[in-house]
Amino acid sequence: MIRSEILKEIAPILKDQLIVCNIGIPSQELHAIMDQPSNFYMLGTMGLASSIGLGVALAQDKTVISIDGDGSVLTNLGTLPTIGNNMPKNYILMIIDNGSYGSTGDQPTYTGRKTDLAAMARAAGCDNVVEVQDVDTGKALQEAIDAQVGTVMVVKCDSGNAKMPVITMDPVIIKDRFMKAIEA
Amino acid sequence: MNLDKKITDDLVANDISFVTTVPCKQLAGVIEEIDQHPDIFHIPSNKEDEGMGLCAGAWMGGKRPMIIMQNTAIGVTINTLATLTQYYRMPLPMLISYRGELREPVACQVEMAVHTKALLAQMNIPTYHFHNQSDVEELDMILKYTFMCNKPVAILTDANFWGGYGDQ
Ligand SMILES: Cc1ncc(C[n+]2csc(CCOP(=O)(O)OP(=O)(O)O)c2C)c(N)n1
Ligand SMILES: [Mg+2]
Repeated sequence: MIRSEILKEIAPILKDQLIVCNIGIPSQELHAIMDQPSNFYMLGTMGLASSIGLGVALAQDKTVISIDGDGSVLTNLGTLPTIGNNMPKNYILMIIDNGSYGSTGDQPTYTGRKTDLAAMARAAGCDNVVEVQDVDTGKALQEAIDAQVGTVMVVKCDSGNAKMPVITMDPVIIKDRFMKAIEA
Repeated sequence: MNLDKKITDDLVANDISFVTTVPCKQLAGVIEEIDQHPDIFHIPSNKEDEGMGLCAGAWMGGKRPMIIMQNTAIGVTINTLATLTQYYRMPLPMLISYRGELREPVACQVEMAVHTKALLAQMNIPTYHFHNQSDVEELDMILKYTFMCNKPVAILTDANFWGGYGDQ
C-alpha cells in the first residue's frame, strides 16, 4: 500500500482526532481525503511535525496524532530523544515509513536501506514502539489510541503519491480552527 | 540584582509556562532557575528549530511558550521562523545570548555576531538588545508586546549585560 491508501483506510479512526500532518503530499492527501478543523497541516517546515505534535500533547490532555514521514524524522532526529524522555500518555507519533522522500519524487532515504527507525526510537528512550505493515495500520493505531501510553508507530509501506490538489487554505485559518477544535 | 531570578519572575508573571532551551554559557544561570521553577515546564531541545516546533505546538495547545538559545541559532532557525512561527502568526519570545559582542573571549563567536542583527532585521523580527543590567527592566513590556502582536521577538543579551566572563 502507498501512503494515500493507508490514509483512506484509517480515515474513520482519524475522524475528530487532533492531527498534526507532515509537509507536502501527506498533508495534501489528508486534506483531500478528510479535511476537518482538527487537522493541522504543517505546510513548510520539514522535520517539525513530530515536535509540534509533542508540544500540543504536552500542553493539553486530548489525544494528539502526528502523521510524519521517514525523511522528516531523519532530518530532525533530535526529536526522538526529546519524545522518549518527555512522552505524554496522549501522544502518538505515526511515522509513515515509505523509505523515501515521497513528496519530492520518491528519492530513497536510508530507512529503505540499513537504518531502522523503530530501533532508533527505542534506543532514544521511547518505551512503546511498534513497527507494523501498511495493512495493519488501522488496528495498531486504534490500539495506541485506546492504550493511552504514548506510542511511536513505524508504518512500513510502499513509496508513491496520489495526485491531490495543493492546500490553498490560509495558514492562520488552519491554526485558528485547530486551536478552536482543541478548546472545544 | 539577580538577573536570572528577575527574568524568571517576569516569565511567570506573564503566564509563560512552557520553556524550551539549548544552552549557552551565558544562559546557564537562567536555565537553571527556570528548570527549578514549579510553574514552568522546562523541556530541553536538541536543536533550536526543534524547540520552535515544540513552542508552536504548546501555543496551539493553550500554553504561552518561550525559547532560550544562543544567537548562533539564528543561523539554524530562519526557515522555521518564516514557515512556521511567522506564517501561522504565532507569538514566540526568544531570549538570546548575544555572543561575539564586547567582552567576548572566543573569536569564532564574532562570525555569527556580525550577522545576527542583519538577519533579524531581514526577517522583520522586532529586536531588543540588552547591554546594561538595567535594560532588563524592559523585559516585562517586551513579553506583553510579543503576546499582543503574535510575532517572534528577539531579546539579545550580550556579555556586558551578564557581567562579562571573568577570567575565561
Ligand atoms: C529544509 C527542507 N528541505 C527540503 C525540503 C523539500 N521536501 C519537502 S517534503 C520532503 C520529503 C519528506 O519526506 P518524508 O518525510 O519521508 O515524507 P513522505 O513524502 O515520504 O511521506 C522534502 C525533501 C523542504 N521542504 N525543506
Ligand atoms: Mg517518506
